[in-house]
Amino acid sequence: MNDQLAPGKRPDDGSPPTELTLAALPAGRPARILDVLGEDALAARLMEMGLIPGETVVFHRAAPLGDPLEFSVCGYRISLRKSEAARVTVAPD
Amino acid sequence: MTPPAPTAVPAPPPGPATVPRSRGSKVAPVRPLVVALVGNPNTGKSTLFNALCGARARTGNFPGVTVEKKVGRLKLPLDGVAADRAAEVIDLPGTYSLSPRSADEMVSVDVLLGDAGGGALRTPRPDAVVCVVDASNLHRNLYLVSQVLELGLPVVIALNMGDVARLRGTTIDVPALSQKLGVPVIPTEAHRRRGLNELRAAIVAAAAGPAPQPVRSLPDAVSEEADVLDGWLAEHGCPDVPAYLRERMLLDVGGQVVERYRGRCTGDLPAHLGGVRARLAEAGCRVPAVEAAGRYGWAREMLNGTVETAVEPAATASDKIDRFLTHRVWGLLTFAVLMFLVFQAIFSWAGPFMDAIGEGQGWLTGLVQDAMPPGAFRSLIIDGVIAGVGGVLIFLPQIVILFLAIAVLEDCGYMARAAFLMDRLMSRLGLSGKSFVPLMSSFACAVPGVMATRVIENRRDRMVTILVAPLMSCSARLPVYLLLIGAFVPATAYLGGLVELQGLVLFGITSLGALVAIPVAWLLRKTWFKGETPPFVMELPPYRWPSLRNVALRVYDRGKAFVTRAGTLIFAATVLVWAAGYFPGDHTELHAVQAQIESESAEAEPDETVLEALELRRRRLSSDLIEASVLGRTGHAIEPVVKPLGWDWRIGVGALASFPAREVIIATLGTIYSLGGDVDETDDGLRDALRRSEWPDGDPVYTLPVALSVMVFFALCAQCAATLMVIKRETNSWRWPLFTFVYMTALAYIGALLTYQIGSRLF
Repeated sequence: MNDQLAPGKRPDDGSPPTELTLAALPAGRPARILDVLGEDALAARLMEMGLIPGETVVFHRAAPLGDPLEFSVCGYRISLRKSEAARVTVAPD
Repeated sequence: MTPPAPTAVPAPPPGPATVPRSRGSKVAPVRPLVVALVGNPNTGKSTLFNALCGARARTGNFPGVTVEKKVGRLKLPLDGVAADRAAEVIDLPGTYSLSPRSADEMVSVDVLLGDAGGGALRTPRPDAVVCVVDASNLHRNLYLVSQVLELGLPVVIALNMGDVARLRGTTIDVPALSQKLGVPVIPTEAHRRRGLNELRAAIVAAAAGPAPQPVRSLPDAVSEEADVLDGWLAEHGCPDVPAYLRERMLLDVGGQVVERYRGRCTGDLPAHLGGVRARLAEAGCRVPAVEAAGRYGWAREMLNGTVETAVEPAATASDKIDRFLTHRVWGLLTFAVLMFLVFQAIFSWAGPFMDAIGEGQGWLTGLVQDAMPPGAFRSLIIDGVIAGVGGVLIFLPQIVILFLAIAVLEDCGYMARAAFLMDRLMSRLGLSGKSFVPLMSSFACAVPGVMATRVIENRRDRMVTILVAPLMSCSARLPVYLLLIGAFVPATAYLGGLVELQGLVLFGITSLGALVAIPVAWLLRKTWFKGETPPFVMELPPYRWPSLRNVALRVYDRGKAFVTRAGTLIFAATVLVWAAGYFPGDHTELHAVQAQIESESAEAEPDETVLEALELRRRRLSSDLIEASVLGRTGHAIEPVVKPLGWDWRIGVGALASFPAREVIIATLGTIYSLGGDVDETDDGLRDALRRSEWPDGDPVYTLPVALSVMVFFALCAQCAATLMVIKRETNSWRWPLFTFVYMTALAYIGALLTYQIGSRLF
């Protein structure tokens, strides 16, 4: 699985418009994580929290002031700022 | 495949049951078993710690970092198994991984590796690790487990919160899971105190046995490179680096392990690691993705066939609550009401308790006065010791109330939502939502506010929050404002009495600190605490009922920490300032007058005129004595410094004497103006005395600009020994209280200077 979805080698199935970042995901619609961009501490942190390629993620709601955002992944709820969510690319199911 | 066996690791100690006990003869004391407790946040780890160890835990700090060290004694004996050996439990901070990115996160790794880790802690390697996992969220929790299983230590898994998992329709085949993991898995429900005996027995048994075969959840390429790295490190002056740390060097780009070894090693470690990582990437193991993929893959494999998870319901109870509590309108409104209640509680509900402490202080003073003749010793007891102890205890009601509120909000899961709601606002200051509650609490009192910053895991955010918290206008500043506003701000009303000038000034001066905190926080972020904005990746745990026992223990813990750690220093500061105001000086006459007053008032029919004359003489004498004391002389000496602020030496002395607590300035001014030290902010005598006070040339000392200048000074200065001592305790260093004192005093001086210089030209 790791080899197929290594960063930078996104599967090209000829339908690029279906690829979004987590920050732009519509609420309530499950999506599959494609990639976590970058190799820094933030990318590592997102991945150790379960945001890894292949996992399903659902966007629930934004905080009243618009940021941060609430998602569920790996069976729990996580809050990310928009700037952090933009690091994760997803394909809606 | 060989298990990593770093040479520096001491051999496991003999099992507890083998230690012979001989009566009557001296036996070399046996080191207690050391058990480390690790786990994700929100797994009920603290509840489990409390259940295992009770309230007798000792808290302190790990040296050099801001991480709290909590050590408890495991309740033993246990059916005779370990009667001969005590066991200590070290509660490590809740964490999602053992991938240290900061010195604070490195502490857990250092504790687990013991002396082998090359850190400065020098603690013995634990005999066993208890890893607490949340049964309702095993997949993510096993990430940390996979790292713990690489350490080569005996491990026991405490499978906590099984009740929540069952409610969610998850079934766990515990024996099968234990079999697959290769370590004992003990189901516990910490809040119901279930499974504790089984867990204790498993810990003792595991500590006596060998470590399990280390788990390899990462591709072989990574462990091979980690082995090769051993050779490189040995060649470059760093032999015997434990395998786990070598692996961390490879996997954590810019991590703390590389940071530790880059200086110790003769070669260019970061450059070398860059090359290794490039090789790994070519082999299809890109850092950091390889680790997450490997560990989560391993976790899935462990869960496969052992854990059945029902399809998650569309909306859980937590989700329904969240729909309301994070709602655009209702959520913010609920938050505002809750915060108002907390604030109100610290600000005014603590009042009666604080008054009671004050009365107790007065009662004790009376007792001492009756029992001892006037003299230096009595003065030390009353003005130094009793005042010092009172000055410490007076903070307890506020600390207890705030931590009661915080512990309840945190235990039920609301605190994470509060941070979620406020993050946007606080991120404008370069902070995160987690700073909101500590800063808001500081409006009542900075002492519990600074202590509340423990919820902020990011060190930079926490430090900036601690450093600006004392700027928030606390309740101790209020008496100073009330006295000066009452005396010097005219009671003008506008808009038919709707708006009053005195109220406006009070509002302005109360907001001043918070306004100044904005640029200060910004500056701190741009200077000492530079760096990328820390991530706000935060779990929103499901709501649950708070545990009474947990809440009570948290409150007890904080109160005790304050009294024992900060209390002694606050006490010392009070005694020091007392001494500066008392010495040198010949107090014989004052004491004689004091004795006369006391014997006169003890008469059946005291002569009022005599008493009045004596009282007047007593006040004159104490006023003269304080002027001649070290404090008074210093006040005179610094007059040139405070003159540009519009102050005379008396106000200077007041500011100096109020170092332990800013409200002391009122009593000090009372003494200096010969009114006695027992005046308060509503005292007409003190107001009149201030109004009448003159410079030698006959000009009045106090004018509106001077009063404003004094208020601005007190709004911005750090005249509070308690806050500084709590900062010392929380940051584990003298550097930050000193910095706070210097920067706030400088701000206060500049603020007061500008106020007076501009104000005296306008009015």
